[in-house]
Amino acid sequence: MIAQAASDSINVAQNVGFGIIAALMIFAALSVVTTRNVVHAALWLVLVLAGVAAQYILAAAEFVAASQVLVYIGAVMVLFLFGIMLTRAQIGHEKGLNNPTWALGIPVAIVLLGLLAWVIIDAFEDDVLPDRGPTPTVALSDQFLSIYLIPFLALSFVLLAAAIGAIVLARKDR
Amino acid sequence: MSAVLAVEVPYWGQSLLRVLGGLVAVLLPAGTIVYLFLFKMMSFMQSRLGPMEAGPYGSLQLVAEVGKWMQKEDLAPENADRTIFKMAPLVVLVSTFLLVAVIPFGPDAYFTNFAVGVFFGLAVSSISVLGILIAGWASANKYSLLGGLRAAGQLIAYELPLVLATLGVVIQAESMNFQEIVVAQNTGAIFGFEWLGNPFIFTQFIGFLIFMIAVQAELTQAPFDMPIAESELVSGYMTEYSGFRFLIFFIAEFATAGIFALIASLLFLGGWGVPFVWFDWNSLDDVSWWMNLVGPLIMLTKMLLLTFIIMWVRFSYPRFREDQLQTFAWKVLIPLSLANIGITAILKVAV
Repeated sequence: MIAQAASDSINVAQNVGFGIIAALMIFAALSVVTTRNVVHAALWLVLVLAGVAAQYILAAAEFVAASQVLVYIGAVMVLFLFGIMLTRAQIGHEKGLNNPTWALGIPVAIVLLGLLAWVIIDAFEDDVLPDRGPTPTVALSDQFLSIYLIPFLALSFVLLAAAIGAIVLARKDR
Repeated sequence: MSAVLAVEVPYWGQSLLRVLGGLVAVLLPAGTIVYLFLFKMMSFMQSRLGPMEAGPYGSLQLVAEVGKWMQKEDLAPENADRTIFKMAPLVVLVSTFLLVAVIPFGPDAYFTNFAVGVFFGLAVSSISVLGILIAGWASANKYSLLGGLRAAGQLIAYELPLVLATLGVVIQAESMNFQEIVVAQNTGAIFGFEWLGNPFIFTQFIGFLIFMIAVQAELTQAPFDMPIAESELVSGYMTEYSGFRFLIFFIAEFATAGIFALIASLLFLGGWGVPFVWFDWNSLDDVSWWMNLVGPLIMLTKMLLLTFIIMWVRFSYPRFREDQLQTFAWKVLIPLSLANIGITAILKVAV
């Protein structure tokens, strides 16, 4: 988006908002891996995920933004914190949080960034995204129940398998 | 809201009005509920008078209470994680303010007219769990931590029936936008009988019951008050809070009660509108200028009615045990709400 600033049909406020939120997200993401307390790391992760929801709102994807908040902040992160607090959740700095091979993560992250950037630039090149309002949710559901029906069902089966697996692992009377 | 009472308002003025309106919409229900129900109704139900000294019939007691909390010291336990400890009540309050942003009070009297309003409201209401959980953890107190964990377990369990119960309404109204749901209820008809419109409390009565029970649990009000059980956990996650941070928790609790009552009245009781046949309305455009003033009053009346029920239950029933509480959510409410969605969908297509 920012690369297209030369075009005159660009929404300046949207791009400024994108930059501010992206900067906050990068700072929060770095804090997730550098903080020395597990609960703090989880809370920084909440900020990253909230930033993603904010970016969806900026891109006029209301339904996806609300899903992001409901699923990631309301459920996944609460379960994360719940799990951390049930097992170990000491206050203050902890030792041994860093994996000894953490440096390997840096090249992986750079390669991933390069790959994603290349895919996006290759796909859209100089296209300017149309300045349009939010997609109606009805249109989304029409897509899910017609051309994307099979991937949608396949994804549901993955989740079902995970749920059944969790129940099997947690059973006592084996 | 671009033209309030036929006066054009510039964008900055609209934003200012929205912020002020949000403050009123959070504080007014909270204050009303605390005075009318927590101070007076509970006292009458227990054969006593309640506050009588500050102002006529104790009506200025609220001011006295707020003054008292504001001047108390803002204490934090020595071992607490201070930053998180101080942040937690604000997270809960933010969730309340985000929730009020989607509620319409009239044809044009809304903060945002979100296409997926219902869904967004339910999503942001789950942020308060996060605040409660970190409040319990950061207090460095085992009672607080237990309270926080209980609250998280309970709120996750009852969020599902809360979301599922609204789906029946969404299917019937064919929209997730609060305004369209309100209009659908006031223009509809039950089996050709038009005079009442079609408030979904009749056709979605099971959904309404499940919604109100789940709201009771989401608010951690008795009989679902395991997380703050005074006799076991000394107020759970709120144990270590004092001064204005406790006040924030307190305001958020009752403001959220009022806002959930507002959402229930929008979903099930017809919201700010009256059935269109009463006054032979054809479209909202001719009447919107005065419905913007009457609408909030109608909403406030319905909110008081529903919070009365919430508080009545709160003051009447003893506490659920932890296992009963979870069993009730997973084995009764969730299957019932799924069945309700199925039946609603079948009837919607068939009729």
